Amino acid sequence: MENQKVKVNINGADYEVAAGLNILEACKSLGIEIPFFCYHPSLKVAGSCRMCLVQMGTPARDRATGAPILDENGVQKIAWMPKPVISCGTKVSEGMHILTDSEYVADCRRAVLEFLLLNHPLDCPICDKAGECKLQEYTHAYGRQTSRYVEEKNIKRKKRPLGTKIMVDAERCIQCSRCIRFCKEFIGKSILGFTKRGSKVEIGFYDNADNDSNYLLNVVDGCPVGALTETAFRFKMRTWFLKTTESICGESSAGVNTRVWSRGGKIYRITPRQNPFVNDMFMSDSGRYTFKKYEQRRLDHATIDASPCQTEYAVSRASEILKLGGVAIVANGWQSVEEMYLLGELAKACGAKIYMASHPQPDDGKLVSAEGAPNIRGALITGIISEYPKPNLGDLERQIQGGGVKTILCFGEDLAVLGLQHLLKGVNVIYCGALENDTSAEAKICLPLYSEFEKDGLWVNRQFRIQRFKKAVDAPKAAVNDIDFIAGLLRDATGESFKIPSVGALRAVIASKNEILKDCASVPSSGLVLDGSKFSAIEFPEAAAINFAGATSSKAGE
Amino acid sequence: MATEHRIIYKHIDLEGWNASIDKYISDGGYSILADTVKRDRAELCAEMEKSKLKGRGGAGFPTGMKWKFLDRKSGKPIYLVCNADESEPGTCKDRLLIYQDPHSIIEGIMCTAYAINAAQAFIYIRGEYINGYRILVNAIEEAKAKGFVGDKICGSDYSCQITVCRGAGCYVCGEETGLISSLAGGRAYPRIKPPYFPAVMGLYDCPTVVNNVETLCWVPKVFKLGGENVSKIGCPLDPGTHVWGVSGQVQKPGRYEIETGSCTLGELLYDLCGGPLAGRRFKAIIPGGSSMKILRWDEKFSIKQPNGTMIERKVEDIPLDSASFMQVGTAIGSCGIIVMDNTVDMPEALANLSAFYAHESCGQCTPCREGTMWMSRITRRICEGGGRLEDVDLLKNVADNICGRTICALGEGAAWPVQSNVSKFRDEYERKIAAQLSQGGLGRADNNAYRLI
Repeated sequence: MENQKVKVNINGADYEVAAGLNILEACKSLGIEIPFFCYHPSLKVAGSCRMCLVQMGTPARDRATGAPILDENGVQKIAWMPKPVISCGTKVSEGMHILTDSEYVADCRRAVLEFLLLNHPLDCPICDKAGECKLQEYTHAYGRQTSRYVEEKNIKRKKRPLGTKIMVDAERCIQCSRCIRFCKEFIGKSILGFTKRGSKVEIGFYDNADNDSNYLLNVVDGCPVGALTETAFRFKMRTWFLKTTESICGESSAGVNTRVWSRGGKIYRITPRQNPFVNDMFMSDSGRYTFKKYEQRRLDHATIDASPCQTEYAVSRASEILKLGGVAIVANGWQSVEEMYLLGELAKACGAKIYMASHPQPDDGKLVSAEGAPNIRGALITGIISEYPKPNLGDLERQIQGGGVKTILCFGEDLAVLGLQHLLKGVNVIYCGALENDTSAEAKICLPLYSEFEKDGLWVNRQFRIQRFKKAVDAPKAAVNDIDFIAGLLRDATGESFKIPSVGALRAVIASKNEILKDCASVPSSGLVLDGSKFSAIEFPEAAAINFAGATSSKAGE
Repeated sequence: MATEHRIIYKHIDLEGWNASIDKYISDGGYSILADTVKRDRAELCAEMEKSKLKGRGGAGFPTGMKWKFLDRKSGKPIYLVCNADESEPGTCKDRLLIYQDPHSIIEGIMCTAYAINAAQAFIYIRGEYINGYRILVNAIEEAKAKGFVGDKICGSDYSCQITVCRGAGCYVCGEETGLISSLAGGRAYPRIKPPYFPAVMGLYDCPTVVNNVETLCWVPKVFKLGGENVSKIGCPLDPGTHVWGVSGQVQKPGRYEIETGSCTLGELLYDLCGGPLAGRRFKAIIPGGSSMKILRWDEKFSIKQPNGTMIERKVEDIPLDSASFMQVGTAIGSCGIIVMDNTVDMPEALANLSAFYAHESCGQCTPCREGTMWMSRITRRICEGGGRLEDVDLLKNVADNICGRTICALGEGAAWPVQSNVSKFRDEYERKIAAQLSQGGLGRADNNAYRLI
């Protein structure tokens, strides 16, 4: 079934497409656009918007005998359906003929858009969805330029808050029912629903009901118009001013693919990026706000003994302290694979041991996994740790008590929270990270590094899928790039004079040295599954990821 | 001279008849069911197919075929649903059966349930038939007590219950997939085909047969007389009888059961219904419930005969069978004839119908949801004195944009009256609008315009 192909004829040209696809997906795979509103590849077909109507015909056969009916040239005739069909709900079949560019199909689209706009408020100038609104786009592409409607428009409820996260405008709604289906099928609860009948149909929800879910904001992404808007992003910025960057969510080891929307060094929002193998088109609401912590607790200057100083000076002091020996390194699961590799080299050079802590959290069975750190598997693969880390630093605690540790080089972790608060007075703590915490406040040397939104890197998620995140915004001036920092320390510790490598060069080095990571220099945007068999003895805390790719193909087969 | 041939309506308005089971049994009731449960199911279904009987709900789909399409291999239970959601304007044939002869329906349901091996039967009755609901529930209890419904029917090892379910006043529940959604507890949204063909994915996604009340009443007759014999009643293409519900401006409106093709429309309206009211003339009729295309009384059609010759046919000469109505570009639907005479203002009649469809559109798919509302507002504006000459073409175009592009047949049901009305009575619309414009246009009501629904 997977690799079966069928021959279809679209707009007079013959193509081969995968069997089991619907007409809409088949055309999409060939680069032929069919406009649609209610169809969503991950949800059940509703077939209600009627935007994707196409003309369809199948090879004619005699009803009684089943023999092909031929025309005078001996070619099998095409029995065109008397009515247009919805391309989202019709599967391709052998010999099918499809017309998407006929005058009749254009007329169908024009009519549907005209109908949709009859009661639409046409308030694009003050609508937050403008610029990424399907109704707007299709009206420009397929609609008529003027309205023939002179009657009064329907009045519906506007500006109703759904919980704290969403604002609902029933007048803009085009009744595609995507949000309703998403809540039912993905969240598993009926949160939104329709009331009334006919043209008065109104999207609604129960007041004071349990309307909250950590996945509710996906309905905003799914909404093709401005009926559902995100309260936090509403009126903050026009979407066409924003730059998008492909990224990975750092909320958990699920490794949700995201798109970061920024302008002028400021992040405005994070939305999911489609990856059928990881998160499909969805993400958690909490993951959308991971950038907020950098707005609130960003470490933006270096300090020595709590007094501000030049970053370069703090770096050289750190290097000197490390040379004194007795070093323990505390890595964290938010560091990229490249940084972890360098850290391993640094540890070898200083004779230091690397410690790490896990960050357990409740697994919601969807897209927030039981591990809060996104790259624990990266640490295992690069070899800086050999077993799954515990949620505390007990090993390091014993080492300090034994007197073997004079200096802790801590990356981002809050040692106070991890059970070392009573021991920190007796050792030198060099804290480097993007966020302030109790450890950074008390550290001997404190250095700002880059956050995941300010650098390029690779993370390995719970499926052993290595994925790339890219730099979205600039780091504060005083911050130092993680790779530059670690490589600089390494240079000082070894005494070798090598050039600080770029991320790309570093990936090439890693690829040549680590068998598992041999393809890490060319990771595609949907990621790459690594061979995790070496770690099969380790008990990972996360539940298995949802198989969206399988779910999608079985849905298409429905 | 036209005459009635009462088969289904045998007991309706009969002197001394009532809805009790004793009366029904005294006239040989339930004897067919007792015979049926001893017969082979495949043979029964074959009889139904041989009868060539068409469904009586409006679409006219052959009942035998409907049963044949049932997915019997899935292993899922099969459901039978009796569609008693009679809500097509102008149609009231099932109502009398429910009120006066409920046991004939129950016998029909049980015969069908046995033939298709249904696990459970439902009657979905329109919400407004409150007494009808009580009568049916009571009749089912009576039949249960005598062993005709429920466990081990008539001593056989077949068991089937009947559950009566009331609608909530929604026209689109008469559409079988809309009915199925409603019966399963959801909004009455018709479902897309594919994949939701009732015979495969019907009620609770199980194979389901949905048959109209009158159709089910035919089932025992077919089982008793044999499909072959039933197919010989009336016209070969549309055998059996039709219960014509005539309403509107005639002397004797009412229900008339007529063998198909045995008389013409004119004979029905003049001989049985007594012709137009005193001093009036017929102007138009809608043949089968409000959804079908209207016929002008003075229209003439050229009909091709089987031998190839053409004959001219007037509206009053159309024989009463489905094929003949198809030939003149309309359909018999549910056989509810609405008669309009020369006192009727066609734009107002259309405004009334359009208001109905706008009110009853379920709101699921775009063309119907918005188009019915638009047509209703245009026709209302014309009635209220605000017509514009371009409205005539606009109305037609809106109807064209709905027709054939919706999920269910309500789209056609709303578009056909408008398309046919506007094109056949265009002169009347133009006259009315011109008169309004001569008086200053918008806002100047020139007649007894009233707000509809």
